Amino acid sequence: MRNPYLPIPVKVKKTFIESEDRMIKTLDLLFLNKEDKENFEFMPGQFCEISVWGKGEAPFGIASSPLEKDSLKFTVNRAGIVTTALHYLKENDELGLRGPLGNSYPIELFKGKSVVIVGGGFAFTTLRALTKYLLAWRKDFKGITIIYGARTPGMLLYKEELKEWERREDLKVYITVDKGDKNWQGLVGFVPTVVEKKAPSPEDAYAVICGPPIMIKFTLPKLLALGFSPERIYTSLEMRMKCGIGKCGRCNIGRFYVCKDGPVFNYAQLEKLPGEY
Amino acid sequence: MMKKISKKDMNRFIKSLLEDYTVYAPVNTDGIFSFKPIDNFQGIDPDYQNSKKPPKEIFFPQSETMFEYEKGKVTSAEKVSRKRILLGIRPCDAKANLLLDNVFAGEDYQDVYYINKRENTTIIGLGCRKPLSTCFCTSFGGGPFSKDGLDILLIDIGDKYIVDVVTDKGREILTNKFTEASEEELKLAEKIKREAEERIKSEVKIEGVKEKLDTMFESSFWDKLSERCLGCAVCTYLCPTCHCFDIDDEAKDSQGRRVRNWDSCMFPLFTLQASGHNPRPTGKERMRQRVMHKFNYFIENYKRAACAGCGRCILNCPVNIDIRKVLKEILTG
Repeated sequence: MRNPYLPIPVKVKKTFIESEDRMIKTLDLLFLNKEDKENFEFMPGQFCEISVWGKGEAPFGIASSPLEKDSLKFTVNRAGIVTTALHYLKENDELGLRGPLGNSYPIELFKGKSVVIVGGGFAFTTLRALTKYLLAWRKDFKGITIIYGARTPGMLLYKEELKEWERREDLKVYITVDKGDKNWQGLVGFVPTVVEKKAPSPEDAYAVICGPPIMIKFTLPKLLALGFSPERIYTSLEMRMKCGIGKCGRCNIGRFYVCKDGPVFNYAQLEKLPGEY
Repeated sequence: MMKKISKKDMNRFIKSLLEDYTVYAPVNTDGIFSFKPIDNFQGIDPDYQNSKKPPKEIFFPQSETMFEYEKGKVTSAEKVSRKRILLGIRPCDAKANLLLDNVFAGEDYQDVYYINKRENTTIIGLGCRKPLSTCFCTSFGGGPFSKDGLDILLIDIGDKYIVDVVTDKGREILTNKFTEASEEELKLAEKIKREAEERIKSEVKIEGVKEKLDTMFESSFWDKLSERCLGCAVCTYLCPTCHCFDIDDEAKDSQGRRVRNWDSCMFPLFTLQASGHNPRPTGKERMRQRVMHKFNYFIENYKRAACAGCGRCILNCPVNIDIRKVLKEILTG
């Protein structure tokens, strides 16, 4: 019997500070065992529990796409003991990994349809995985629109990639900030307003939205007003988690455990659940 | 298969088991019973009613090392070195173990720590001759002499036990000291069972509770109910069906161990996120979670309530919250 609580060994390939406040860092991880690497199959939206030896374990969405074979990417906001320890790791430091855990974005449903990806702040991580995946299989999907907002230009994640995406002809990218700086030439304003103006026609389209609760709260009615049905609006939830496999009992919303039955839900599902998240 | 054994022979039998098994039995420490490994056996203490802490701790210890590590090298503690006998547990707790099986040994993600202990344990239960006023096992299809979840059920008929052998696992450990019970002895056992069942006065109606709770998430009932609660969490710690736990590292530098400890939905930190956001910020949400989990969510997921009617939460609540009364109010309110 496989023990689902045992982490597999990984090491840090590279670290990168994403944000101007230096609180958000991306870690590229390598598997130490070839076998583990081969067995690790995941889809965008899934997460892992990362162990820092001597500190503990915490859950993080996988920010790389399954098609980026060389390493696994996680973007970590420094907030507690484990995330602080993660920030101090250097190249070749070893850590533990459990996963992939949870469900994923329903990419099969997106095939032949348009997709609008709406992100805010440091919640863009699994949306990056999703975007990379959709772009790798670009022909399988119709229009792809990305709407991404952060407080300031310096707080945007994956800045180099965003620039690349903006140059592409086969997707629309709208980056917005709450407050620009003297070099900022993009949009200024909140995500819900940009969604209202720039979201594609809801016909044959799905929306995927991740961000701070306040952003989701105000974006959701805009998407509904545009004509997106609750079944076609997906989001990924966050809860305090420990085991990641539906046993330790803390991440439930009603009868569902976010770790095991989620973290991806559509709004039709969420509407039926108690608003306890 | 109904056998019998004299109490004297029973003591010898248990002592003989100590050679090959770790035997857990109710041990009296200053009036508080708990299941502990024994190295001698002189019979079950006549004062034994039930253990303070439920015997789920034999399979799911209050604190348990999951693995040790040193510089990334992980050594799992999942193996059980010795077979075990769990002696003297009450039928309500045996039934509760079956409920826990749904969580730890269900279809997805097998919990090896729990399963290894469970598979390596033979359970010899002891029927309840004198249920307490807080007992309501019969409300969940159980009873003071229910065999569910037991390998062997002992019925105390005075100077001997009637031995109801429930499973092959139970049969395997029997010796020739277990002989056929006579007609008369079986009749006496039946009489004892009936008398015990009649002692259980509280019958709680469970039917319809789940459906009623479906409509009650936003009810002010939870405000009222939680007003009295101190949030001490004793109801969940002593519950034989509660399975929540915390995972923590006890370590120095990169050497240490990962442990899991019982945790409780009645604590505010249970759901507190690193951002400061807490989906269950007050006692109201936490009380609602406890009741909903047992009598709504668990039924949705596993078709039965997460309660065996052992009464520990009633006996031990410092402010006298009585789950039987709560269930009644839910149905009639």
